[in-house]
Amino acid sequence: MIDLVRATAVCAVADIPLEGGVAALVDGLAVAVFRTHDGSVHAIGNVDPFSGASVLSRGIVGSRGEAPVVSSPMYKQAFDLRTGACLDDASVSVPSYDVSVVDGVVLVGGVR
Amino acid sequence: MTKRQRIVVVGHGMVGHRFAQAAVERGLTETHDVVVFGEEPRAAYDRVGLTSWFGHPDGAEGLSLLPGGVYDDPRVRLVLDSVVTEIDRAARTVTVVSPPSAVGDLLSNPGAVTVHDYDVLVLATGAAPFVPPVEGRGKDGCFVYRTIEDLEAIKAASEAATSGVVIGGGLLGLEAANALVQLGLDTHVVEMAPRLMPVQLDEAAGVTLVRHVEKLGVKVHTAVLTEEIEGGDSVTGLRVRQAGTEEGAPTEVVEAQVVVFSAGIRPRDALARECDLATAPRGGVLVDEQCRTADPHVFAIGECAAPGGTMYGLVAPGYAMAEVVVDALLDGPGTFTGADMSTKLKLLGVDVASFGDAFATTEGALELTYADAVSGVYKKLVVSEDGRRLLGGILVGDASAYGILRPMVSSGLALPDNPEQLILPASSGVQLGMPDEAQVCSCNDVTKADILHAVAEQGCESVADVKQCTRAGTTCGSCVPTVKNLIEEHFASVGKVVDKGLCEHFRLTRQELFDVVAVHGYRRFDDIVEAHGTGRGCDVCKPAIASILASQTSTHILEPATAELQDTNDKYLGNIQRNGTYSVVPRIPGGEITPEKLIVIGEVARDYGLYTKITGGQRIDLFGARMEQLPAIWKRLVDAGFESGHAYGKSLRTVKSCVGSTWCRFGVQDSVGLAIALELRYRGLRSPHKLKGGVSGCARECAEARGKDFGVIATEKGWNLYVGGNGGATPAHARLLAGDLDTETLVSYLDRFLMYYVRTADRLQRTSTWIEQLEGGLERVREVVVDDSLGLGAELEAEMARHVGGYADEWAATLADPAKLERFVSFVNAPDTPDPTIAFTTERDQIQPIAPALIPVGAPA
Repeated sequence: MIDLVRATAVCAVADIPLEGGVAALVDGLAVAVFRTHDGSVHAIGNVDPFSGASVLSRGIVGSRGEAPVVSSPMYKQAFDLRTGACLDDASVSVPSYDVSVVDGVVLVGGVR
Repeated sequence: MTKRQRIVVVGHGMVGHRFAQAAVERGLTETHDVVVFGEEPRAAYDRVGLTSWFGHPDGAEGLSLLPGGVYDDPRVRLVLDSVVTEIDRAARTVTVVSPPSAVGDLLSNPGAVTVHDYDVLVLATGAAPFVPPVEGRGKDGCFVYRTIEDLEAIKAASEAATSGVVIGGGLLGLEAANALVQLGLDTHVVEMAPRLMPVQLDEAAGVTLVRHVEKLGVKVHTAVLTEEIEGGDSVTGLRVRQAGTEEGAPTEVVEAQVVVFSAGIRPRDALARECDLATAPRGGVLVDEQCRTADPHVFAIGECAAPGGTMYGLVAPGYAMAEVVVDALLDGPGTFTGADMSTKLKLLGVDVASFGDAFATTEGALELTYADAVSGVYKKLVVSEDGRRLLGGILVGDASAYGILRPMVSSGLALPDNPEQLILPASSGVQLGMPDEAQVCSCNDVTKADILHAVAEQGCESVADVKQCTRAGTTCGSCVPTVKNLIEEHFASVGKVVDKGLCEHFRLTRQELFDVVAVHGYRRFDDIVEAHGTGRGCDVCKPAIASILASQTSTHILEPATAELQDTNDKYLGNIQRNGTYSVVPRIPGGEITPEKLIVIGEVARDYGLYTKITGGQRIDLFGARMEQLPAIWKRLVDAGFESGHAYGKSLRTVKSCVGSTWCRFGVQDSVGLAIALELRYRGLRSPHKLKGGVSGCARECAEARGKDFGVIATEKGWNLYVGGNGGATPAHARLLAGDLDTETLVSYLDRFLMYYVRTADRLQRTSTWIEQLEGGLERVREVVVDDSLGLGAELEAEMARHVGGYADEWAATLADPAKLERFVSFVNAPDTPDPTIAFTTERDQIQPIAPALIPVGAPA
């Protein structure tokens, strides 16, 4: 469950394009927040571990098998939006954040 | 260190060229210099495809095997227009007569004679047409058929002629007849034997072929002898009588103003005879299995050679001999011990093939035939007495089984129980296991094993890859369908799904997807994936569909329906750089820019602290713009009259130009004006890959147009259009599509070419590989674009007109729409805070990114 007191309200859910993402600043760190086709919202670290650039929110959102994924705009590795795991390199992952939508507002909590 | 050796090659035909090519490729030039003397004014060209010259009369270069006439390896030097007149074997020298232009000193050398040393001499002088001693053969209007010059002369004579006759109904004779038909002449073929192609075909096959040929308007006279060529100074007709009749028997006259002799060829072995090298009784320099003459320093290859006393009048054995000599000079074991004389070709549009023991001369051989007189198909198999092995065969009208049958002969593969299945119509799909040693490409001696090795070990995945790796299919192209099948079979057998689909979400190819979108009029990804795919897409199919939608509509790529399908470059209308910043590239059409606009670019770069660099496409890149800065930067540029340069898109980049006739004293056309017009016409066109163009104002080619997807080079009479070039990892020279075009025709051909490419290419396939992979290659492109054989021309042009009419600058439209600007913020909840990971240092007075510290794996950001 998300800790509503410590969570950061980042934007209205409608501000996130469907099957797209936005970058948000949460406790000084860049977080990528996505909305998938079924309307669910996910948050993972915005920094692409392969290039070091803060860009994952600009990747293309889609699916690999059952997993909702974003592919890094830099070198195209796919990351599972639910866990932050890189699906192209099992030794790599990005942090995954608690996220919740309350009254149409997206709240990002701590690292899972 | 041993001294470098010098190889002199006499003759630059197909075989001489192949020798030089093999010398470079196999490393012989590491130790040897190669000098090739060619007597024709142009470098080697495809004599096998000579007739196709008529399709593009000013396009001799279209046939060239060495466009540009220069080898990439500087240790191979080609000297054209030069005749070797004498060989001194004792001194190891050759004497060469060149016109003054070839040696550069006009005053002192009117026709220079030079002497050149050799360590190794390779004779590749080819053969000359045989002209039988018929009375009147010297009259005006009599020709042979071998060189481009011969064709030019025949074409000139045909302008004033109504009918022509070819003497000789063999392979070449029918090719020549095809040429006369294309020149609009009433065409006759006379042949001494009772049928056409007597060397390759039996009587029934010959009759079938005659029926096909006559349907095309060619009158065939078999079993007739030529008595005399009639006329005064010029030919008026040919007097013939029935073969087997006595002299003085009744004759008849075939009226003709053009006569082409095509009665066989004779090896050009005079140079060898004059220096006392032995020749075969029927001509040709006698050589051993390494193609070496009695003099260990002298070799002979191709049609001028007679290995074991036999001369081979086909290109494939010539190529094999060239390879054998290169091998011998590298101390390799290669030998030439005879050749497969099988032939398959399209004569006047009719498939004809003959292979192995076509006449059933093997003792006990049996024949199986299938004939369908209505559709004009004749097929014959020659099998061994026990019915177990295929010995040879003949195919007329449908030679599709050739790819399977010929290797069965060379490999001795056991026949199936019902061999007739191989030639019955229903059997065309029968797949037969071919043994590894079966030769698939006879022109270049490539076996099935070679092809499988290329696929399994060398990473080849397509016909184009295999062509490049093994040369299979690069000469006559008849084996390309077999090569394709082998590749597909291989991938199927190793369990790799031969899935030509785009990705896990779509089983369709890009071309199929393009058609589906066009037919159903889809405008949204959701509709397409629901009807034709699975899942929610990925970074492969989404940008591909975005590109297809952009090609078919003129809506802005950042409209809600397509914005999230775009790759990041398109999504932010800039090229993402390694630290997450973007480059800004305003369009500078043709590379022409006013001082005022240059100053604007400078001011914008200075004010935003951007790094500037001049690009190869004749424009200026500005680097280091943060995503949130892009709208402000572009506002300044758009206000000053700039527009998007689409450097971020799979779309037209630039049309590069030289300064052209406006300023350059050598220019013959206004290349800058045309380049600007073309760049403005095709700007914004979304395509399977990026597209580049070039326009040069004269043959000096300063715009490097032939290194572009489409290149235009000015001629005295108009423009030559080249297609399929690119730089990059696999550079390709563009090849001539059509010559001496006026500007209007040029633009209509380009419209068709580009739209045909946009419609049918695979995702991320440049024009060069697309052409390579089309069945029929460049010839196919020419049929569609120039000849309009599919009747698609008007439709393709209309599509392009729609694109041109619907064009609007993407950046100006984005700046005018607040909804589209919303995405250009650093953080959705802190739009004024810049991304803290972006930092710069200074190098040579400009910014340079500092690599963001790579985040330890798995650690929080």
